[in-house]
Amino acid sequence: MFQVRIHGRGGQGVVTAAEMLSVAAFNEGRHSQAFPSFGSERMGAPVVSFCRIDDREIRVREPVMEPDALIIQDPTLLHQVDVFGGLRPDGFILINTAKSFDELGLGEFVADFRHERMLTVPAGELAREHTGRPVANGALLGGFAALSGLISLDAVAGAIRERFSGTVGEGNVAAAQAAHAWVAAEMRELSGAASA
Amino acid sequence: MLRQLEGSRAVAEAVALCRPQVICAYPISPQTHIVENLSQLVKTGQLAPCEFVNVESEFAAMSVAIGACATGARAYTATASQGLLYMVEALYNASGLGLPIVMTVANRAIGAPINIWNDHSDSMSQRDCGWIQLYAETNQEALDLHIQAFRLAEDLSTPVMVCMDGFILTHAVERVDVPGQDQVDAFLPPFAPRQALDPDEPVSIGAMVGPEAFMEVKYLAHAKQMQALELIPEIAADFEQAFGRDSGGLIRSYRTADAETIVVALGSVLGTIKDTVDELREQGVKIGALGITSFRPFPLDLVRAALEHVRRVVVLEKALAVGIGGIVTANVRMALAGIALHGYTVIAGLGGRPITKASLHGLFAEAIADRLEPLTFLDMDWDVVNRELERMGASRASGPHAENILRDVGPVAAGPV
Repeated sequence: MFQVRIHGRGGQGVVTAAEMLSVAAFNEGRHSQAFPSFGSERMGAPVVSFCRIDDREIRVREPVMEPDALIIQDPTLLHQVDVFGGLRPDGFILINTAKSFDELGLGEFVADFRHERMLTVPAGELAREHTGRPVANGALLGGFAALSGLISLDAVAGAIRERFSGTVGEGNVAAAQAAHAWVAAEMRELSGAASA
Repeated sequence: MLRQLEGSRAVAEAVALCRPQVICAYPISPQTHIVENLSQLVKTGQLAPCEFVNVESEFAAMSVAIGACATGARAYTATASQGLLYMVEALYNASGLGLPIVMTVANRAIGAPINIWNDHSDSMSQRDCGWIQLYAETNQEALDLHIQAFRLAEDLSTPVMVCMDGFILTHAVERVDVPGQDQVDAFLPPFAPRQALDPDEPVSIGAMVGPEAFMEVKYLAHAKQMQALELIPEIAADFEQAFGRDSGGLIRSYRTADAETIVVALGSVLGTIKDTVDELREQGVKIGALGITSFRPFPLDLVRAALEHVRRVVVLEKALAVGIGGIVTANVRMALAGIALHGYTVIAGLGGRPITKASLHGLFAEAIADRLEPLTFLDMDWDVVNRELERMGASRASGPHAENILRDVGPVAAGPV
């Protein structure tokens, strides 16, 4: 079972991101379970959502406490909330920011993890470019597909289109494609640096 | 068709497939998405003919359902928590009048202190109101139980409550198999009411009954629930034949054949319990689980047969009967009358506290060692409780409990977010 925890703020589509991720996995024939952190969500308040993906029925109903991957939609949460809590040592992190981990002041923290699995992507900017709004959830899923290899970009695009029709859907698909390409390039750069 | 849907959407679609003619509802978390989805299905004409009545309260919601059902219309509503409490008087009227209304309860805690999260306090408080109560373990089962519930309700002319864990199920997006309209039509015939108000042939429904006949009329509600003990498994068997899914029924056993310890529970927590049971089985622990799908009627004989051979029973419940402890336990104990075994009541998950596999492992280990207290509170922070008890002891004017305790635990304990 692969468990993802998504952190953001009310209004950023954190719950929708988990839902679309689960639909992408479902569309690839897998079992998946998406659910929000249950609270009285308010615009701007920290929000968490979860997605589990497995090849068999998912029965467990506890919150995801030891995620295999973290998607952080809002980097302003990094120093407010224990977003990294329980992350597995071989876990993935994708943060929506144009800054690097060092610039975020996370360089030391990341040193304990597999650095090729820790990436940042300016998903909000890519979303603004393609949709006119800085809502990063769709773009981040594209980036996450590249980073984790867990789901395909096509499945992400399909899930976005199921949720959002017309120009909103297409804009988000374009943003997801751009984020996917960004992350893929970043990964190539990292592996190049590693082999050099 | 297999689809990836939010539980609330899955239930709304199941209800729509049952062709209700009147839906009346007042929104309350975590039920809201169900009736929002249904209102859209009515508005867009996908569910027709159906009248969606926006009412001003839950009391009105149940009253409209009663009125609609009494005219011979298939009627549905949904609620949760304080909303269920607000309709209590009408709940008793629906069952006393024998009106086959189907209602979803998206289980949620009851205040005070106000809390929107899941537990079973709401529906458990109405266990004796004369409604049949079915508890869903998964969203698939919630969907299936609604289709079965209309048939059960109408065959017996008695109302049915389908209980599903608020947020944990209602807001979870997972795989469900949504049947086709033709399949549901074949399984659920049009509503043929036992009684119906008709201006052309006027009758009274709901006459005053004095001591000369009240007990007899009241007994009939019980007689119907005893009939339901036969009918629920029959409907589940028919359902399996029609839809190919083993869903519903009275109870569900999991790895109990040679079990020395059986954990009894209702609803979605059974999934987490089953995963924990599997992990313990791998270590050679003889443990199993018993899910009670039908809490009303309570299948005394089946529960007895399922538990009479074990060494210990752990009843894990999401409601607290203040002043005694367990509600489900009291029913299980009645089923086990005369049998000596270790029995433990575990109150868990009140007000949405997560029930984790880690906690269950610790709990079951204590149970298997017979070290559990007869009444145990899973993951209770006793230091917090004891400090408030000390404050109460120190001063007569110690103030409100909830505010004192919130101040004590501080904002950090509000959760990982």
